[in-house]
Amino acid sequence: MKKMTLIAALLVAMPTAWADGDAQYADFKAMMDSSFRTKGIVDKYRMYQLDFQKACSGDKLPGKKVLAEIEAAQLKTIVYPADGKYFGDWKRGEKIAISGKGLTWSDKTPHDNGGGCYNCHQLSHHEISYGTIGPSLLEYGKARGSSDDVVKYTWGKIYNAKAYNACSNMPRNGDADILTEQQIKDVMAYLFDPQSPVNKK
Amino acid sequence: MPIPQKLKTLVLATVVGMTPLAATAADSAIDAINAYRELLADGNPSELVAAQGEELWKTPRGPKNATLEQCDLGLGPGVVKGASAQLPRYFKDTGRVQDLETRLMTCLQTLQGVDTKELNKARFGKGLMEEMESLVAYVVTESKGQKIKVDMRHPEMKKMYALGKTAFFYRGGSMDFSCATCHGESGKRIRLQELPDLRTHEGAAAGWGSWPAYRVSNGQFWTMQHRLNDCYRQQRFPEPIYGSDVTIALSVYLAANGNGGTVMTPGIKR
Ligand code: HEC
Ligand code: HEC
Repeated sequence: MKKMTLIAALLVAMPTAWADGDAQYADFKAMMDSSFRTKGIVDKYRMYQLDFQKACSGDKLPGKKVLAEIEAAQLKTIVYPADGKYFGDWKRGEKIAISGKGLTWSDKTPHDNGGGCYNCHQLSHHEISYGTIGPSLLEYGKARGSSDDVVKYTWGKIYNAKAYNACSNMPRNGDADILTEQQIKDVMAYLFDPQSPVNKK
Repeated sequence: MPIPQKLKTLVLATVVGMTPLAATAADSAIDAINAYRELLADGNPSELVAAQGEELWKTPRGPKNATLEQCDLGLGPGVVKGASAQLPRYFKDTGRVQDLETRLMTCLQTLQGVDTKELNKARFGKGLMEEMESLVAYVVTESKGQKIKVDMRHPEMKKMYALGKTAFFYRGGSMDFSCATCHGESGKRIRLQELPDLRTHEGAAAGWGSWPAYRVSNGQFWTMQHRLNDCYRQQRFPEPIYGSDVTIALSVYLAANGNGGTVMTPGIKR
């Protein structure tokens, strides 16, 4: 169901994304079109842009109005857990945060992906191999508490980071089908559980 | 190209050696990796690959049973010294901007009569591609220590730069990444891997200037086309076709940004 909507959205988005622009942009489109091919699980259509991806492809950010429009549209994509339970198992969550695997042409299946959180964030007290593209999330739950607002915001940020920062470098884990709902619950537990090494020394 | 056993042991030693560091900070782990890289710089295994390439260059081969010695890499037929420091460039005879690898393809075709179609499949390390890698190693070694000096005056070069820049910032794929996601800010890392800011002169000089390189982690010699291919894989894009215009446009963007920097090829990498 989810997959279908994504593909449909892409097909709708493509003509507009490719339609405008000067001669230079037409050359660019032709170059991209002739330079890529499908490999493994990554279909060629994956290189065609969604509207917001295009808006966020300049060497500068788009204006405030465009950013606000993107955020409003992305906020609507967030699906909160139907059973109202936001937290799974932090131990499973840690594995998901560490694994950067998935969605490349050398992966066998488009399912069963990691979250790659450690590529960009510091999270726990003991894992030293972390990236710095995103802010440190060390002691996330301890520092933020677990009010409804914080929990809901964090779910939303993980589900679709663009809802809160239009051109964020962080992927849309839920919206783009990178992680399942259960996996996001596990990662949430990793961030918030007092027993998780994110919060406990 | 098989890796010498001694090197394999060295690699293993660092991996094992890193565990006690886990107690201290990430920075000291990076220091250890850098120190290790310096250690290896004395005996860069690319030398073996380059020697193989030189032999291929000078041996009559292909349907025309000719050598590559008359190949024009931009400085005139037969000039290898310093040639790759000035690539990519616009070539009048083919009417296009070419990087080292696409130019070598032209020479393989015209001088030796070799059918280079097989290369389009981008099966790195195998068959004709392995020969290409050796040739690249040989040619880039002959520019080591020179300045990156890419001539940007031709309008086709200016056009490729603009296209390359647009490609650099082009976001897409399942993770919404562009090159700039990972290489668009200085001082950033993925896990412990430091990433150059390729928009800047320093970053591009370091990043462009040190590839092609020998990759210690998998014991392979990687050309620039291979480097870009793997970055697009990590970007979750479909596969860039070997020698396609996007790879050349990006190369022009990186080389021009790095102009004036030092060629350190063949580099040695994680
Ligand atoms: C490619 C980089 C990248 C990856 C991968 C990534 N993030 Fe992020 N993340 C960021 C950046 C950058 C920010 C800063 C705000 C922004 O630009 O969206 C951020 C912000 C956040 C925030 C909000 C922090 C705050 O102070 O409000 C949370 C929570 C978060 N990330 C969790 C995660 C989790 C969990 C994962 C893995 C499932 C993850 N991130 C994967 C780059 C990334
Ligand atoms: C998701 C992350 C990611 C994306 C997107 C990405 N790269 Fe990279 N890139 C890396 C990593 C990690 C390295 C370090 C080398 C390694 O893997 O050994 C690297 C290395 C490089 C280097 C060599 C730098 C050096 O100093 O050795 C160049 C040049 C480069 N990338 C260019 C690009 C270009 C051009 C693009 C876009 C087409 C791109 N990268 C997209 C992660 C990425």
